[in-house]
Amino acid sequence: MPHDPLSTTLAALADPTRRAILARLALGETSVTELARPFEMSLPAVSKHLKVLERAGLIARGREAQWRPCRLEAKPLQDVAAWVEPYRRFWEESFERLDDYLKDLQSKEKADER
Amino acid sequence: MNAESTETVTPDTTLTVTTPSDREITLTRVFDAPRRLVFEAWTRTEHVPHWYGCASMKMLVCEIDLRPGGAWRYVLSQPEGGEFGMHGVYREVAAPDRLVYTEVFEAFPDHEALVTMILEEQDGKTKMTATSLYESVEVRDAVIASGMESGAAESLNRLAERVETMK
Repeated sequence: MPHDPLSTTLAALADPTRRAILARLALGETSVTELARPFEMSLPAVSKHLKVLERAGLIARGREAQWRPCRLEAKPLQDVAAWVEPYRRFWEESFERLDDYLKDLQSKEKADER
Repeated sequence: MNAESTETVTPDTTLTVTTPSDREITLTRVFDAPRRLVFEAWTRTEHVPHWYGCASMKMLVCEIDLRPGGAWRYVLSQPEGGEFGMHGVYREVAAPDRLVYTEVFEAFPDHEALVTMILEEQDGKTKMTATSLYESVEVRDAVIASGMESGAAESLNRLAERVETMK
């Protein structure tokens, strides 16, 4: 396994609970207890996920307060988006053209039925 | 239920790109057409050039021999000049719901991906899931990084030219 930052980010994102945690943090910073609430999971289990996310630089933990609030770090997610972007654009544009083309095909078929 | 809910709803056609494992990329997309048509649009030379690639590209070659063991090849022109090609062999042809084929980007001739395309139809709409399996995480990442859009070599040549003029 390569250990470049992008691979570390992707590995951290390859888990539904961690993605849900990030989605929650996108709404604003919060405590570990608050993060654990929607998941049927012990605090240590959630802490484990948070450590993976922290190592990948996807979240940061505050030191200033006793409750050590978690917050989202945007940079690694932006890196992932930038990496996938040209690939996505190629297919997005192709599929938009396919939408139009399928519409043409369907109306042609309807016309032929008449 | 109100009266409006009986009208045709516009399907969510957002493209999803995921990396379900180290060596895979999956594209998921819904089309507002029966899967029979989507399958035909993917697999017939009279249809593919109408949609495959960005609008700024031109399809120069489109060859399809749709049978297990049959070959295919596409070549697209790039807006900034140059062209890029890809080819492969069909492994499974099960119209209208499943197509399995190999895919080689001619920029990376030694690396072959296996693509499994599945079409599921519901209420006249089709959900397409296409998963490309690469031989290694490095090759997969290289394919994504190259963006299929500008051959890596092409860009490097341009960069070299640019640097040359800056001397």
